[in-house]
Amino acid sequence: MSFPWAQQYKPATEFGQWMDDRLPIGRLVYNSLGAGYPTPRNLNYMWNFGSLAGVFLVVQIVTGIILAMHYAANADIAFDSVEHIMRDVNSGWMIRYAHANGASFFFIAIYLHIGRGLYYGSYKAPREMIWLLGVVIYLLAMATAFMGYVLPWGQMSFWGAKVITGLFEAIPLVGKPIQELLLGGFAPDNAALNRFFSLHYLLPFVIAGVIIMHIWALHIPGSSNPTGVNVKGKQDTVPFHPFYTAKDGWFVGLALIFFTAMMFFMPNALGHADNYIPANPLSTPAHIVPEWYFWPWYAILRAFTFDFLFVPAKLLGVLAMFSAILVWFFLPWLDRSPVRSGDYRPRFKKFFWFGLIPCIAILGYCGGAPAEEPFVMMSQLASAYYFAHFLIILPLLSRIEKPEPLPNSITEAVTGKPLQQAS
Amino acid sequence: MVRFFGILIGLFFAGMLVYSFGRGAVEYISNPPVKAVEYQFHEEPKDVSFTSDGPFGKFDNQQLQRGFQVYKEVCAACHGIRLVAFRNLEELGYTEDEVKAIAANWPIEAPAIDPATGEASTRPPIPADKFPKPFANDVAAGAANNNAIPPDLSLITKAREGGAPYVYSLLSGYSDPPAELPEANRPGIGLHYNAYFANLNIAMAPPITGDDQVTYSDGTNATVSQMAQDVSAFLIWTAEPSLVKQKQTGWAVLAFLLIATILAFLSYKSIWADVKAEKKKKEA
Amino acid sequence: MASVDTAVEPSDSTISEPEIGGVRRRDFINIAAVSFAGVGVVATVFPLVNQMNPSADVLALSSIEVDISAIEPGQAIKTSWRKQPIFIRNLTAPEIEEANKVDVSGLRDPQTLAERTQVGKENWLITLGVCTHLGCVPLGAAQGEIKGEYGGYFCPCHGSHYDTAGRTRKGPAPTNLEVPEYSFLTDTVVKIG
Repeated sequence: MSFPWAQQYKPATEFGQWMDDRLPIGRLVYNSLGAGYPTPRNLNYMWNFGSLAGVFLVVQIVTGIILAMHYAANADIAFDSVEHIMRDVNSGWMIRYAHANGASFFFIAIYLHIGRGLYYGSYKAPREMIWLLGVVIYLLAMATAFMGYVLPWGQMSFWGAKVITGLFEAIPLVGKPIQELLLGGFAPDNAALNRFFSLHYLLPFVIAGVIIMHIWALHIPGSSNPTGVNVKGKQDTVPFHPFYTAKDGWFVGLALIFFTAMMFFMPNALGHADNYIPANPLSTPAHIVPEWYFWPWYAILRAFTFDFLFVPAKLLGVLAMFSAILVWFFLPWLDRSPVRSGDYRPRFKKFFWFGLIPCIAILGYCGGAPAEEPFVMMSQLASAYYFAHFLIILPLLSRIEKPEPLPNSITEAVTGKPLQQAS
Repeated sequence: MVRFFGILIGLFFAGMLVYSFGRGAVEYISNPPVKAVEYQFHEEPKDVSFTSDGPFGKFDNQQLQRGFQVYKEVCAACHGIRLVAFRNLEELGYTEDEVKAIAANWPIEAPAIDPATGEASTRPPIPADKFPKPFANDVAAGAANNNAIPPDLSLITKAREGGAPYVYSLLSGYSDPPAELPEANRPGIGLHYNAYFANLNIAMAPPITGDDQVTYSDGTNATVSQMAQDVSAFLIWTAEPSLVKQKQTGWAVLAFLLIATILAFLSYKSIWADVKAEKKKKEA
Repeated sequence: MASVDTAVEPSDSTISEPEIGGVRRRDFINIAAVSFAGVGVVATVFPLVNQMNPSADVLALSSIEVDISAIEPGQAIKTSWRKQPIFIRNLTAPEIEEANKVDVSGLRDPQTLAERTQVGKENWLITLGVCTHLGCVPLGAAQGEIKGEYGGYFCPCHGSHYDTAGRTRKGPAPTNLEVPEYSFLTDTVVKIG
């Protein structure tokens, strides 16, 4: 820990001391999530979504392990085994609905967590590595969610698998062999279902591993905060426990209220009716859409309708969709403004609230809508803004923008008094 | 360097998109898309409510039993409910013996193996059996039904946009095609006009043809609408047998979580009280 | 000590008194919140563990009806109940006699044949085909199988011998072959379970 005033771990019992000399797990927890981690005192509720995403990952892993005890990854009986869980397994419906809706809540938390990072400049030095690991977690979560959606082997599962693996077909020359490699056949079937199940089980643990690195990297500089000003001294921080454990704790309760309201009273609201029809390779549903958390990317994919020279529109769409996420990897070097927090960047703030947020909302809406006009045109404009925002506006903005004066310290920002008086 | 290439890539993608938008817009204005005929005549499901609706909804067992009777007498010859077992009928209020009799007298027998010869045969179902499928496979189902395969109904109210009201509307929504319907969209041979069906023409002949098609043992007047509603209610149950239990569990969980969250909030407030007080003191 | 303190500094105690109360109230809220969270976790664990119990479709098969009209005296059939073998044996008169001859008090698990069959149906021996030693399926039900030294069943895994009443006579088996709950629905149909 880089804060000299951090509280030191002192084992309370003799056994604790014995353990600490041999395997200092207690010390590790104390220093990462306990009183030994000094945290800026001015974090607002946007800083709650990281821990919330962690809670939902645990929900997903626990319910997922249980579902795997009853699920059968075989194209002939996968659909029926899910219905067996719903009808015959004790509390099976509860566990399955928790898992299905838990995925959505995981993504809600993760999107708000990313949005927090984007607005408050959490990706900037010295926290680039935290951000990069976060993008990796997001990519892994998308892969996991996609493969999980295939497992019930309904119509949307099947056609989702077909369409998403079809993206790889767009790659020149090697596309078709890659698609066949991914599916283990010419269309999704047993081979694909089994490997998706295997990977869907594996990836969440990989995510958990990357999260550990994410938190590890976080503890080098410590948490950022809404002012973006560095922590200057003890008066700027409070110990993580009990202050932020209490804040995270009650907020998790609040989130669980929404989560359980969803899973007990409208469990299928975020799903799609077609996925209650068993997979039929001979008939496509009228309107294929992925799960809501993929809609913005799906809209970018469909926004490319014209070939560019020798590059077909299909390949352009695929390239653009992957670029749209990959651009986040370069964000710390695209936005060079020395000011982190959007609160003190008057122009950035406008582009964020009146550009990026509406743009993503439009993309999300169009991604869920049928591929008809005017939705295609709307997603074309929104996608254009999306790329312009990250690749053109942010790099130029950091040169021309004049930031507002920053507070001298976190304590000053909180109390409104200069540092000398506050300490 | 990153920014230089970033701007180039950004200009390329944004340029392509703006260009595509322009081409699309010109096309849209010069050649406005025409809504398909289906959209003009298609109707949204009727406004109908079921006792199981809403956060406090409960099944009406009397209605579910009537619905099961309609299913048995009207639908079961073509449509299976393969995910439901006879034993599940006890949830509708039938006794164990009644369920046994229903299973034993079910017109479609369960597949079995002749113990003497080992050949495929059939036997009367027992309560532990799922409802036997009316057709051995999809090919047989298509062959017997003019190539239209009757869907299994176990999950139908969850598998269709619009749910049970859609099923109700479809069953009670057959009519003669409107006079202004273009020739191309009129029902062909073996098809029937139904404004609630996505492409207007459905292969299923009107299943509920008139009042008193079934005779309810509880004396309920068997109108077309009543029968359609009862069987839709029954199909809500087949699709989600634990529906009522879900809602009841949900209320208990919500009540608990509400108290726990309020306590956690108060705990949070008290833990932060000193820090906030310090802030207030300094502001003063 | 406390009384001395208050006596010496009365003003101090008046200030500290409400604060002590405040601390206690706060502690109570924290304890209550943590306890509630604990109760919630425990309540959640119940369905998460209970899901491993037999599911409704497994329980539905927990009773079966068997037609025994085709079993001649001296013959036995194997059938399956709860995914376990069931032996239904139609005992011959000599077999019944032999079983009744045995001095019950000398057995490891003393039971008479009458205790293991139903009144008026003494020739029908219905047992689980699961050796009470470690769960193998004993031989002797199918035609031509070894019936062991006592003419009943013989478990090849560790050499347990059962007599014509399915009682353990030799080898490691600690108890007699288990008799499941059953009833005769008619003279030829038995309901097991």
